[in-house]
Amino acid sequence: MVGFWDSPYDTREPFDSRPMSTVTESAVTALQLITSLDPALLAIVGRSLGVSATACAIACLLGVVLGAWLGVARFAGRDAVLTLLNTMLAVPSVVVGLVIYLLLSRSGPLGHLGWLFNFEAMVLAQAILVLPVATALTRQVIEDAERQHGEQLRSLGAGTGLRGLLLAWDERYALLTMLMASFGRAISEVGAVMIVGGNIDGFTRVMTTAIALETSKGDLPLALALGIILLGVVLSLNTLIALVRRWRERVEGSGRGLSVGVEAVA
Amino acid sequence: MSAVLTPRDTTLHDVRNALQRTARPVFELQSTGLAFGALQALREVSLCIRPGESVALLGANGSGKSTLLRLLHGLLRPTAGSCQADPGLRQAMLFQRPFMLRTSAQNNVALALWLRGTPWREARVRALLALERVGLRHQAAQPARTLSGGQQQRLALARAWALAPEVLLLDEPTASLDPHAKREVEQLIAEFSAGADGRPVTVVFASHNLGQVKRLASRVIYLEMGRVLADLPVQEFFDATRLQAVSPSAALFVKGELV
Repeated sequence: MVGFWDSPYDTREPFDSRPMSTVTESAVTALQLITSLDPALLAIVGRSLGVSATACAIACLLGVVLGAWLGVARFAGRDAVLTLLNTMLAVPSVVVGLVIYLLLSRSGPLGHLGWLFNFEAMVLAQAILVLPVATALTRQVIEDAERQHGEQLRSLGAGTGLRGLLLAWDERYALLTMLMASFGRAISEVGAVMIVGGNIDGFTRVMTTAIALETSKGDLPLALALGIILLGVVLSLNTLIALVRRWRERVEGSGRGLSVGVEAVA
Repeated sequence: MSAVLTPRDTTLHDVRNALQRTARPVFELQSTGLAFGALQALREVSLCIRPGESVALLGANGSGKSTLLRLLHGLLRPTAGSCQADPGLRQAMLFQRPFMLRTSAQNNVALALWLRGTPWREARVRALLALERVGLRHQAAQPARTLSGGQQQRLALARAWALAPEVLLLDEPTASLDPHAKREVEQLIAEFSAGADGRPVTVVFASHNLGQVKRLASRVIYLEMGRVLADLPVQEFFDATRLQAVSPSAALFVKGELV
């Protein structure tokens, strides 16, 4: 299969020494790539979205449940768990990739699954990478909600787990921000998918690994063009989610309880 | 029963009081204390609340009214002494700022019923009846958070009423409402308290509005710095000389509020 980096409009010298023109040139290249609807490019964009969206869906489902529970539950050692969770936010993606690689390699404990250098391996790696983000952000949102409204739900008879889930459901639009952050972390990382996916052309190559490859080959404009497309994809998704959020909050009322203004009357 | 009826108990009101004296207490506190770390919110509180009473907790901000209500409701545990609530009685509590989930008014009431074990379909039907009771039938499908402050507090009352509570605890239920909404909510509370729905409800409410206390309460408990300084029937509480004799600082508070 011929990649788009071998395409006929790529006639520039490698190691272009004019940084300013590199930016304009790559913008033009990006535009050309998009308008030409290069099937190889579309496949890569689609694969990137597929891997990251699947990983994100899995991680966010788990993260919401875990984060909601951590937001309302009080137990010995909770602070230690939260510190660990916050540390997990800083784990480099290559380390996650490495661990998943060891797990999935032929001699590893999950080697029999045959996932390594496949879609599944990339999804697993990104899901593990994103889970702490989803959990930590959900925990923050739910803990604030619990502080304000937990008593009311306890008064109505909701136990810890149920209270967490009810609050998560109630804060569903606030949690969209968590979704965006998780997706952003997943689609922008390169280390984990590179290690467990292998950047195989037409098979496990995604946008970030393609960018890394083009950069190392010296085709900076093409690499940058891919970067611009990546940003464009994330930008349109974020815009969409922000619009949905604003629309729903307008319909359903964003106010928390009574307005403060009338208090002066009392 | 006749043993506690004295010859002076002649009116229906007296008979009701006599019955209250014999009934099992709804709440019984014995030198109860409650501390949040170094902050002592309640000190040596001893009191007994009997079925059918309508008790006002009066006091300045930070006097321990809300803490006492939360303690009665079981949201807080005492750090000293004991606090007994009749476990056979259903309780409901109204907060100063009712929390409504981001869904319809009807679903908010239904959810409270569902949390107590009513199947969802039945809960939705009973929620409509409760909304009817507080005059919010037409707002049933409206998102709860788009309702006005007064409507939200009435919705909170509907949610409490749907649970058919024998005990209703209210934490400054009208503090953030305008006068009109305040009257509507007070009216509903008075009706529930008087047993307008065929079951008398024991009401305990926190307030720093003397007019409201006069209108709704049969007994007033005055709190200051977490201590009960006066615990009197409402007529005696508003008798200036009597209150002055019991607690000069409570008398000062009432005078200050009336000025």
